Amino acid sequence: MDFNFSDEQTMIRDSLARLLRDQYDFDTRRKVTGSEAGWRPEMWQQFAELGLLAAPFSEEDGGLGGGSIDSMVIMEEFGKALVVEPYVPTIVCAGGFLKHAGTPEQKSEHLEAIIGGERVFAFAYAEPRGRYDLNDLETTAKKDGDAYTLNGHKAVVVGAPWASHLIVTARTSGDRRDKDGISVFIVEKDAKGVTTRDYPTVDGRRASEVYFENVTVPAGNLIGEEGKALPLIERIVDEATVAVCAEAMGAMGVAHKQTVEYSKQRKQFGIAIGKFQVLQHRMVDMFMEHEQSISMTYMATLKLDEDEVTRKKAVSAAKVRIGQGGRFVGQEAIQIHGGMGMTDELAVGHYFKRLTMIDSEYGNVDFHMRRYSRLSGEDQAMAAE
Amino acid sequence: MNLEFTPEEVAFRKEVREFIENNYPEQLRGVGAREDLNKEDMLAWHQILGQKGWSVPAWPEKYGGTGWTPTQKYIWSEENARMDTIMPLPFGVSMVGPVIYTFGSEEMKAKHLPGIRDGSVWWCQGYSEPGAGSDLASLKTTAVRDGDHYVINGQKTWTTLAQHADWGFFLCRTDPNAAKPQEGISFILADMNTPGIEVKPIKTIDGGVEVNETWLTDVRVPVENLVGKENEGWTYAKFLLAHERSGIAGVARSKRGVEKLRQIASTELLEGKPLINDDDFLRKVSQLEIDLTALEFTELRTLAGEAQGKGPGPESSILKVKGTEIQQRLTELTLEAVGHYGHPYFRGFPEDGSNEFPIGPDYAHQAAPSYFNMRKTSIYGGSNEIQRNIITKMILGL
Repeated sequence: MDFNFSDEQTMIRDSLARLLRDQYDFDTRRKVTGSEAGWRPEMWQQFAELGLLAAPFSEEDGGLGGGSIDSMVIMEEFGKALVVEPYVPTIVCAGGFLKHAGTPEQKSEHLEAIIGGERVFAFAYAEPRGRYDLNDLETTAKKDGDAYTLNGHKAVVVGAPWASHLIVTARTSGDRRDKDGISVFIVEKDAKGVTTRDYPTVDGRRASEVYFENVTVPAGNLIGEEGKALPLIERIVDEATVAVCAEAMGAMGVAHKQTVEYSKQRKQFGIAIGKFQVLQHRMVDMFMEHEQSISMTYMATLKLDEDEVTRKKAVSAAKVRIGQGGRFVGQEAIQIHGGMGMTDELAVGHYFKRLTMIDSEYGNVDFHMRRYSRLSGEDQAMAAE
Repeated sequence: MNLEFTPEEVAFRKEVREFIENNYPEQLRGVGAREDLNKEDMLAWHQILGQKGWSVPAWPEKYGGTGWTPTQKYIWSEENARMDTIMPLPFGVSMVGPVIYTFGSEEMKAKHLPGIRDGSVWWCQGYSEPGAGSDLASLKTTAVRDGDHYVINGQKTWTTLAQHADWGFFLCRTDPNAAKPQEGISFILADMNTPGIEVKPIKTIDGGVEVNETWLTDVRVPVENLVGKENEGWTYAKFLLAHERSGIAGVARSKRGVEKLRQIASTELLEGKPLINDDDFLRKVSQLEIDLTALEFTELRTLAGEAQGKGPGPESSILKVKGTEIQQRLTELTLEAVGHYGHPYFRGFPEDGSNEFPIGPDYAHQAAPSYFNMRKTSIYGGSNEIQRNIITKMILGL
């Protein structure tokens, strides 16, 4: 049993924390998220120089030989500063697909560019009618000689306005909700037939609706086996889920800390409001939610490489706690800040918004509660047999 | 005890419904967010009601009230909620109006009540200050007597929609040497065009600019703008807050909100089937409805008590706490229902000035901003912590 971080992980955390403190203060973030671009490619370059984009990849893939724990460390720091740059779509998702299932050609085509910070990806998996089900796909890919033809509409593709490449899930056979017949493709965003509508999100990011109309994708861009990609997609999405859990734990910690600080400074009825027991206990509850979120994120991160059922249950358990904890911490942070918590000027409202939206990324509390319950049911049925 | 509507009440509902359907302005139908409307549109329904004589139902009849029974008022709220009407703002009708007709001079009543009734004068509320929120009595804005005028200096905050206001009512300290902070406060009206008043917008987390900072620098207002007696303002302020609380429950609007939530959840899919068929989600909607029913009957009991001459007492704090918690959970569930399409931010987009936001279903556009915005409800009007303190002190006697 060891919950310590390696020297390399501690070094990554320290250097990243320093960079974000110096160059990612709240006012700067506000300017960037309100700018036309909405992000800073030069910040992405600095992430590359720090080795963040190489951290979770093996040395033979050109990385630093780390893994999910490194991503967790990075995402926690990103959560503390509300970083908007597309680490999850590019490194965790696209990088994950290439790492786990990419051909040598695909890896050499993309990984070096990803790790170097030259290529940004977005992960186009959600659809207007599919909610959080990864198998609920209406986007189709039809094999046509040496290529596939893609048609469909992907919803709220986070980071797509900044991406040059997309990872797209599509149905190569079967009916809309079948688990079989799902495939994954690399698609260049400027390919003929791809159109996008870009927009800001409520938590300061950018996203797109992405439409595919008879888009020709070479067969070499298929990742993994045709029609058998669902388990792979589930694995990558679990890794992405844990990454946003880590981000949430970073954001919760700051929201809690800012609230405690505010309660020491804000005086009403002649004393600091932090002296009121009713608020003290709520701030203690926030603290406990944050601590348990850390525990659950560690737990899920450490179980990502276990068997499928163990992994899924661990990730769902973590996402349920983080969804509930994030909501509680965010709401209480606003309430205890009073009117000031409602202002755009204070950072705390932005932590609240990000925590709110994390709940609906990669499945909300209900989705993961259901997945956890079903898996537990299957476990029990198996034990009974 | 009897829950049946009388034939007169059924007829009243029909009359009201027809009036709203025939007279509610076309351009306001289907508008979701009040703060995005211009001043004229926000006042439109108020002015139509003013002409009809229905803009201030709760006022005594001699000041223009309708003399409706609690049941009629209840029907009135329900019918307005049914059409999602933009109701008259509370600052004149529910706040300063009752203060003026209860404590103001005859001249003051004659000068101000007609403009509140007919919706020609827009009022804003100058209560909170940067250092005086929950502890309102610690306010620092001063009014110093200078001949026939008061000279006001200070800063107010969270002044809702002050950018459109013609008049404001302000709590000011007139006796800095009073023994207790509650003593020595006066309730003063000011024309918002008076030199020295400056209104600066505050952007909130939902992206709106509904609230403002209001700066008062050597603002000279005539002494006849003092309501009631000098240094007695706290009594009037508390009276107003109790009135504000009783209207804050928002039962009819929340019922309408639940109806809309059910519609959304019937359209949204979960595992290929309507979300509303999902047990987990349905239970949450049911819980909300049950809590809303409890609130509704608590409010009806309060209203019935008022009709028998019991003024809104400390129990109106229950309505504020439970009403706002329900409003917040309603927006929380709506955001949950819309799934991925809660993420896109529609305000100020697209930039071509059109109102069409081409992303996702229409009902999703407001989901996240409404949820963010409704966090204010447990903070304003005396935070829910303060409401619980009131019950602790006034009802439990602790």
